[in-house]
Amino acid sequence: MEFLKYLILHGIFALVVVVALMSMCAYAVLAERKISSWIQNRVGPNRTQLPFLAYIPVVGVMLQRIGFSQPAADGLKFLFKEDVTPGHVKKFYYVLAPVLSLIAALLTCTVLPFGSYWVTDANNKLVEYPIVLANLDIGLLFILAISSLGVYGLVLAGWASNSKYPFLGGIRASAQLISYELAMGVALLPVFLWSSHPGEVSALNLYDIVQSQQGLWLLIWQPVTALIFLVCIFAETNRLPFDMAESETDLVGGFHTEYGSFKFGFFFIAEYAHMIVGSAVFVVLFLGGWNFLPYIPAPWPHNWVGSILTIAWFLAKVFFFVFFFIWIRWTLPRFRYDQVMKLGWNVLLPLAVANFVAYLVFFALFPNA
Amino acid sequence: MAKVLERKPLTFWERTYLPQILGGLKITFFNMFRRSETLEYPEQRPQLPKAYRGAPTLVKDPEGREKCVSCQLCEFVCPPKAIRITPGAIPFDAPTAHVEKAPKEFDINMLRCIYCGLCEEVCPEEAIWLQDVYSISGTSRGQLIHNKAKLYELGGTRPDQHRKWDKKLAAEKAQAEGGHH
Repeated sequence: MEFLKYLILHGIFALVVVVALMSMCAYAVLAERKISSWIQNRVGPNRTQLPFLAYIPVVGVMLQRIGFSQPAADGLKFLFKEDVTPGHVKKFYYVLAPVLSLIAALLTCTVLPFGSYWVTDANNKLVEYPIVLANLDIGLLFILAISSLGVYGLVLAGWASNSKYPFLGGIRASAQLISYELAMGVALLPVFLWSSHPGEVSALNLYDIVQSQQGLWLLIWQPVTALIFLVCIFAETNRLPFDMAESETDLVGGFHTEYGSFKFGFFFIAEYAHMIVGSAVFVVLFLGGWNFLPYIPAPWPHNWVGSILTIAWFLAKVFFFVFFFIWIRWTLPRFRYDQVMKLGWNVLLPLAVANFVAYLVFFALFPNA
Repeated sequence: MAKVLERKPLTFWERTYLPQILGGLKITFFNMFRRSETLEYPEQRPQLPKAYRGAPTLVKDPEGREKCVSCQLCEFVCPPKAIRITPGAIPFDAPTAHVEKAPKEFDINMLRCIYCGLCEEVCPEEAIWLQDVYSISGTSRGQLIHNKAKLYELGGTRPDQHRKWDKKLAAEKAQAEGGHH
């Protein structure tokens, strides 16, 4: 009975998180279109309107102008378009690829803490717990492992499509992701060093990393680490300027050239889920998670209102980062393929190693810092 | 002698590209607050220049008389042969009977028209004008052949500076009354 209750409660919790993430993805697409249009002095989507929203006097018009109903229209379009499967594809893998890439994108959010709640324990003391689907001790390792699984979706799509452009896109995607995975892994080592204290065992728990940033955020402590990780996230999510896998300009659509309707929608959602989860990981690691501001204790009370505010504060940081992703997209031109490789292997990897060694020496000299 | 440009070596920060990226971010950020250049088309229309060459139309003079006398010059000059005119006579009892001819049918095939404006240029009566009509659509080929009624509907009336036929009528009357010309 106890087990069943646990199962149902956690099932509902998981469902809520996934639904929230999916709707954030839908609205990230809208944000992408809107912010892109603002940066280019355009208007962006402003025609879609749900019938019942049109009757609200002033707000209805405002919602239409910001394209509030656009995600619904986009989603329905993916659902109702004819699902064409080209004759020359390897069918099983062709269908498997988009599913795989969405699974990898959604799995990473299971270990992400996105807020905290407080419980009075037996000794009448307030104890803080993270709001997270699964508070793994190896949370960060789990994220690194799962997010690198995302490349399988892309490679499989490129290979199963059985035509030239997707194949090239798949090859580029695998080369790029593997190169930047390396730099990302090495870049994160100083974070473990920082959040672990002498004599303690676990430092990979994301909640502990957030707790260790109640003073200065890691962004201020380790700017180089943050910069390398940021560049690697851009590469890992296949966002411009690193859109080698898609390369709309030279590979038609890259790995998803042969995909249409809902299967393409899967890739699309996966890309944005990657972006949001990547932003969330960056916020957890370097922007202090839901901690208010460096050295300023949180102004919210230690009860359920505070819990909601921690989530809101965390999401505000994440949304800023999603905005930053889009902002960068319209600021930097795309890299050429060899430039991507050069940046990954010749610049970021040596820099990450040097950064790691520097912090290693620092922590060896000052173990109590 | 070739001028050798002296290039300063890049500083450390310039070689990291980071200040340049920050500068670019600044530019794109402030671009977001600029007025959008978009014209929201069906509601907002572009300001057309005065001599805009849109679809050819037939016009009437301020008295409502149709100016075309079906001389067929436009039909002959039209490079893609988009115009087809069937001439007709003006009945003797009409007030403008002295003009003698008017088109019975006047078709312009908008699928063939190339908007060159030669018809307007060649017309001795200033009856055909390329006006500011630019969004022409139809659901069949037949709808895109503008007939006489449609052409007059699009054309409307235009001010007439010459009053050519009024002067001719006056001259004829004067002659009939025994004057000299």
